[in-house]
Amino acid sequence: MKDDEDRFTMAGGGGQGKERTEAQIRAERETISRILAGETELFHELIRPCERMVYLTALSVMKDESEAEDATQEAMLKAFRALRSFHGEAKFSTWLVAIALNECRRRLRTAKRAPTDTLDTGGTEGEGDFTPAVLTDWREIPLEALERKEIRLALVEAVGELPAIYRQVFTLRDIEELDVRETAEVLQVSGNVVKVRLHRARMLLQKRLAPLLKASLPGRKRSFWSTT
Amino acid sequence: MRLKCEHVWSYVSEYIDGSVKAQLREEIEEHLEHCEICTAVLDSTRNILILTGDERTFELPVGFSERLHARLAKELVAAKMTGEIGGASLVEE
Repeated sequence: MKDDEDRFTMAGGGGQGKERTEAQIRAERETISRILAGETELFHELIRPCERMVYLTALSVMKDESEAEDATQEAMLKAFRALRSFHGEAKFSTWLVAIALNECRRRLRTAKRAPTDTLDTGGTEGEGDFTPAVLTDWREIPLEALERKEIRLALVEAVGELPAIYRQVFTLRDIEELDVRETAEVLQVSGNVVKVRLHRARMLLQKRLAPLLKASLPGRKRSFWSTT
Repeated sequence: MRLKCEHVWSYVSEYIDGSVKAQLREEIEEHLEHCEICTAVLDSTRNILILTGDERTFELPVGFSERLHARLAKELVAAKMTGEIGGASLVEE
């Protein structure tokens, strides 16, 4: 599998423009050097673009907003304290995500409330019905529908109720737009496991959300998707 | 139609990601031309991914950023005072 095939290539999907240029990577490394040389206040700017990503990662594990926020703060502090150990093998944002995942796992272990499916291994792997909801027609739901709170809530709840191993992969791949290799790295699983879990997560979401969204937003225009 | 619907469903995710091989992609597309069900499954899955991936769907808690940077600020100032910056280990004792 080539790297470029691992990219999230869905037309228009998610579109947060996370592809980084060489210039941005150089600027990031320069900032890190300056922080380590004593300009510690620059750490604020370094992490600002990654805040949402780190928080959503923590939320995908902790499932609770307040605990995810605490874990995010702690992960950012740990990242600052260990900044000298970042050598640029991975993207800085991916490094932060890995630290956040470790922090969340530590918290779950400490709280001794980690059911088997909360961690990356075990759980519901291989079980369940991953067939989609069968429809004969789909009318596009435009992004404007997200102005409706009940639509946003339905989406958030559906993702939140995915089994943990699928929720984490879905969050990293389809919300934060990490590629397969990066997702595999931070979750410490193979690329194939990432693909299988992502497929199942997407099918579970389609099965739950397609009938619900279709019923709540009737009378939309027919969509013609490009498959390029 | 050579492919069965169940076969197409098993490749929905990879098809969306553009990672199925050319031969299989052709077979899937041939199937889609004649199958309303698989077309709807594919369209609805893509639509749901676009909606869940939008920044409006998952919002940060109100005041999240302010609280994060306030907590960091204390640490950053302390590190500057002591000169001990970024050298801690991430491995837990």
